[in-house]
Amino acid sequence: MTEQKPVLRLEGIVKTFPGVRALDGVDFDVRPGEVHALMGENGAGKSTLMKVLAGMHQPNEGRILIDDKPVVMTNPIAAKENGVILIHQELSLAEEMTVAENVFLGELPRKRFGLVDWKTLDDRVGTILKQLNCDFGPRTRIGSLSIAKKQMCEIARALTHSAKVVVFDEPTASLTDSEKVVLFDIIKDLQKDGVGIIYISHRMEETFKITDRISVLRDGAYRGTLNTAETTEDEVTHLMIGRTLDTSNGTNVSNRGEVKLSVRNLSCGNLFHDISFDVHAGEIVGFYGLVGAGRTEIAETLFGLRRHSHGQIMLDGKEVTINSPVEAIANGISLVPESRKEQGLVLGMNCRDNMTLPQISDLTQGPFVSGGAEVDIYKDYQKRLEIKAPSWRSIVGNLSGGNQQKIVIGKWLSMKPKVLIVDEPTRGIDVGSKSEIHNLLRELAGQGYAIIVISSEMPEVLRVSDRIVAMYSGRIMRTFSAAEVTEDSLIHAISGLGGTDAAA
Amino acid sequence: MTDTPQKTSSGGLNKAHVAQFMARQGILVAFILFIIVFTMANPRFLAVDNILGVIRSSTIIGVMALGVTFVVISGNLDLSVGSMMSFSTIVVLDLHDKLGPLLAIPAMFGMTMCLGAFIGFLVGYLRLNSLIVTLGMLSAIHGLTLTYSGGKNMDIADKEGTWFDVFGQGVVFGLPVPILIFGLLALVLGLLLARTPFGRQVYAVGGNGTAATFSGIRRARVVFLCYLMSSFCVAFAGMLQASRSMGSQNTVGQGLELEVLAAVILGGASLMGGSGAIYKTVIGVLILGFIQNGLLLVGLEFYVQFVVTWVIIILAVWLDVAAKRGKLWSPIA
Amino acid sequence: MSNETTKDLIKSGAIWGFIVLELIFFSVAGAYLSLSDNAFMDLDNMLLLLKQSAPIGIIAVGMTIIMINGNIDLSVGATYALAAIVLLDSMTWPIFAGLGNWVIPVAWILALLTGVVLGAINGIIVWKTGVDAFIVTLASMLGYRGLVFMMNGEQPTSHLNWTLVDFAEAQFLGLHTATWFLLAVTIILWFVMTRTVHGRNAHAIGDNREAAVNAGIRVGPHIVINFMIIGFLAALSAVVFYSESGSVNPNDGMLYELWAITAVVLGGTKLAGGYGSIIGTFGGVIAIQLLRKGLGHIGADTETVNLVIGLILIAVLFLDRQLNLKGEEELRV
Repeated sequence: MTEQKPVLRLEGIVKTFPGVRALDGVDFDVRPGEVHALMGENGAGKSTLMKVLAGMHQPNEGRILIDDKPVVMTNPIAAKENGVILIHQELSLAEEMTVAENVFLGELPRKRFGLVDWKTLDDRVGTILKQLNCDFGPRTRIGSLSIAKKQMCEIARALTHSAKVVVFDEPTASLTDSEKVVLFDIIKDLQKDGVGIIYISHRMEETFKITDRISVLRDGAYRGTLNTAETTEDEVTHLMIGRTLDTSNGTNVSNRGEVKLSVRNLSCGNLFHDISFDVHAGEIVGFYGLVGAGRTEIAETLFGLRRHSHGQIMLDGKEVTINSPVEAIANGISLVPESRKEQGLVLGMNCRDNMTLPQISDLTQGPFVSGGAEVDIYKDYQKRLEIKAPSWRSIVGNLSGGNQQKIVIGKWLSMKPKVLIVDEPTRGIDVGSKSEIHNLLRELAGQGYAIIVISSEMPEVLRVSDRIVAMYSGRIMRTFSAAEVTEDSLIHAISGLGGTDAAA
Repeated sequence: MTDTPQKTSSGGLNKAHVAQFMARQGILVAFILFIIVFTMANPRFLAVDNILGVIRSSTIIGVMALGVTFVVISGNLDLSVGSMMSFSTIVVLDLHDKLGPLLAIPAMFGMTMCLGAFIGFLVGYLRLNSLIVTLGMLSAIHGLTLTYSGGKNMDIADKEGTWFDVFGQGVVFGLPVPILIFGLLALVLGLLLARTPFGRQVYAVGGNGTAATFSGIRRARVVFLCYLMSSFCVAFAGMLQASRSMGSQNTVGQGLELEVLAAVILGGASLMGGSGAIYKTVIGVLILGFIQNGLLLVGLEFYVQFVVTWVIIILAVWLDVAAKRGKLWSPIA
Repeated sequence: MSNETTKDLIKSGAIWGFIVLELIFFSVAGAYLSLSDNAFMDLDNMLLLLKQSAPIGIIAVGMTIIMINGNIDLSVGATYALAAIVLLDSMTWPIFAGLGNWVIPVAWILALLTGVVLGAINGIIVWKTGVDAFIVTLASMLGYRGLVFMMNGEQPTSHLNWTLVDFAEAQFLGLHTATWFLLAVTIILWFVMTRTVHGRNAHAIGDNREAAVNAGIRVGPHIVINFMIIGFLAALSAVVFYSESGSVNPNDGMLYELWAITAVVLGGTKLAGGYGSIIGTFGGVIAIQLLRKGLGHIGADTETVNLVIGLILIAVLFLDRQLNLKGEEELRV
């Protein structure tokens, strides 16, 4: 790529919040027609930087230049008018309104007397949707669309303006592989039109596939920019965490014991069918598949949150009925849920109270909770899991994602479960904590826990599992042992190509 | 959020500290300031008999507010306590003459708590929106009371020949009985909420109901019990009201639900659930009571307290919200 | 447009079905039970029903836009009372003595202005402090009621202006003045909410506030405008009603907020905001009034109306939930 003048330049951006210096003199630029990745661990300042760029925060120092002219982004409207469009990580759409209204949210075309010009609106949105190959019309209600299609609406929003810079914040988090292909095509089209693209993602693989340059933030400071073609994942990781990381695979030494959990012919409505598998003490069984393949739903069924229509669940060889989480816990099943913030933690409570929540009724002295017993449990697991929190009184919502996840894991380990189910153990967690959690899971297996790990990230499944169950569309396609699995065969299995084990 | 927060300032009383302190103790500070100001205006304000008088007149609102605190912390609302209180007052007065006080009281508690159980079933087990359910119950119980009483006021026939007035008018060890009842209830319920597993579960359900379910807490049962607790307190309030006046209109509790809620909110409980405490609610109740009393003592009409309460509630909640976000004004454009 | 309108029609269809059911039930039951000889579906009776629906109806339409916007207004009853007092009181003010009947429009404008200002105060507080609208308007419900007493004392205010009474009692094309106001308000606000940029933005704010903020919609002004509209409508409701009655009690309008919210919920507006139907609310208002009149018609005690409406409100909520259940596939949290 020839050296072009950057379309957008951020110079020495400083942003402080009470007590925190979130951005410490960050420089960043984007050239027209390039995809520039912005990487960094959670809390490194990526989101804050983008909010400054989009006018949602005002920087304390530094300036923003567009086409070499300094601009002030006082609010999201000003940012839009300057040609900067932010596509949010969490979808921000009004569910009850139409696609067209959402695409032009905040700037509906007007006629006289403040009336909405529906015709212009439909025409313009119709054109954009065609451009994106969408199979729905501008009058469709957002609430009736799938997540991927909603994301298309977000992207359609970016195309309504003559955008100079488009920011994609974790755009692939909820997309299937085929939807990702469509997204990458759109990014290429934007590139061709000379739009500068800022691409934020935790996923190395896709970052290396589609970006031209990679800039790294750490602790709110700019750490350098690399040309994607000339660098390696290790180099980027090193910049991000300030040290090199052990991501080696194949060290899984399993000391597999007896069968702890066996599931036979489990079915639930349209969600999953005829699921059978065993989990032994001391092994990790990884469940891999696309979003919507039915993995989380199986976990929820085992934990008593869904009713199964068929099949049996056996623990230590005895059939059990599980109709509620209370019964699941009583039977020794624990679930570290998919969404840490919504399902795992009461964010406003302190660390100790969160950790002892499932067993609070047993930690009593007379009618009262024994605070001492609680603190003992917390301190024990804080040490074992190396949770970094100022004290047990710290509010969980103020901890980093990695430490929050460890609190959830600690919460369930302290219940001494027979079977530990971990759904997306490292979602939204930075690289450093990721590898800590992976090591932790292996250690736990070494201690004889029977563990199920559900994950959408192939490297993760490959790294931690002794056996891998590949799912597609509510069915188990194949079960691999760690020795025989290859990336190709795994992708093959979860894409629904080839038959199931039984059929083969 | 941040792995390495870098402090911008070290030590000293900066704005953030003040804001945090105000968020935690602001209501107490405001209360003390308020008392100082009114004592300067009229020294009688802090006389023992005046204080007892204020607390005594606050007990009915106060007792109900204790129960509603459970409901609010569990993340729900209860707008039905006012009309439920009318119901229990009318019922206990009616049954007093028919069954005698010894049977009338437990019968009234049973009937009132049936209503609470019904609401708890609807909100807890059927997961219906608590605002609308209790709004509907406000209306329905009002209708029930009118039907029960035939639209007439209720009076105890023989006001002299009964010991029933002891709850509302008696004095033990120099303390009015209603204050003792309020204090005792506050102590017991305060311990229940702050120190027992059930209390912890109430906070968890209100803080994040989904996470509570995922932690093996029976969310529906916790919510159900909160409403049962609320109706239990309402029954107490109805008994106090009946015993104090020995006769009553069938609309005696009308509008009290909002005063009760105001006291709970003034105590710093968030309507989102998950925060609040019994002792804070008691402070909220006393603030309301002292405002009323203070304004009367300086010679203002009773309705001036409405306007003052308006301002105080908004200021209290505003300070709380502002301290949490670290900014006085909302950043919303 | 057609797509949206059909959806609106289907969703608001339920309430019309309910109204038809009521009409049939009361006509049939009335034939056996009624004490009067008149049929229930008598034209005059129906016209009267529309007229009687107007005061709550006009407020309920305003409540709909507030709830679509994701807020709630509990202070409308007090606003209503204050506007009524301004209306009647201002006609006797000496400075207007020379105006003759021209005092009528002046008094109307003053009353309506009162409503707009009170609404604006609510809206600005909600906007600028970031305190939840439920709390803000709960407090101002007390505060505005206090203002009512301060203006009025504890006695009723009366002033009959016969020109005004004639106007209020007039019938045009068979419909009473009040009915015309209700219809006009319904149609105008339906138009505002479905066709104007303000209306659509108000939907967006209630639907997903963060998205609206991110999209650069100025949330605050829209909220304030909606509160001003509901304040205006509460005052208009008072103007329409008190022009005829000529006497206002300081406790008038109490619980109107609850009736209005009941009508809005019956009409299918989503509690969380983002979806709602003005026409549905109109249906809700009619349904409630039909119930009142119908129960009276078949000789039921007027007290049972509250009971029945409360239970119907809960039943509607229950049915709505049952219809939205996903059956065995649902996650049980």
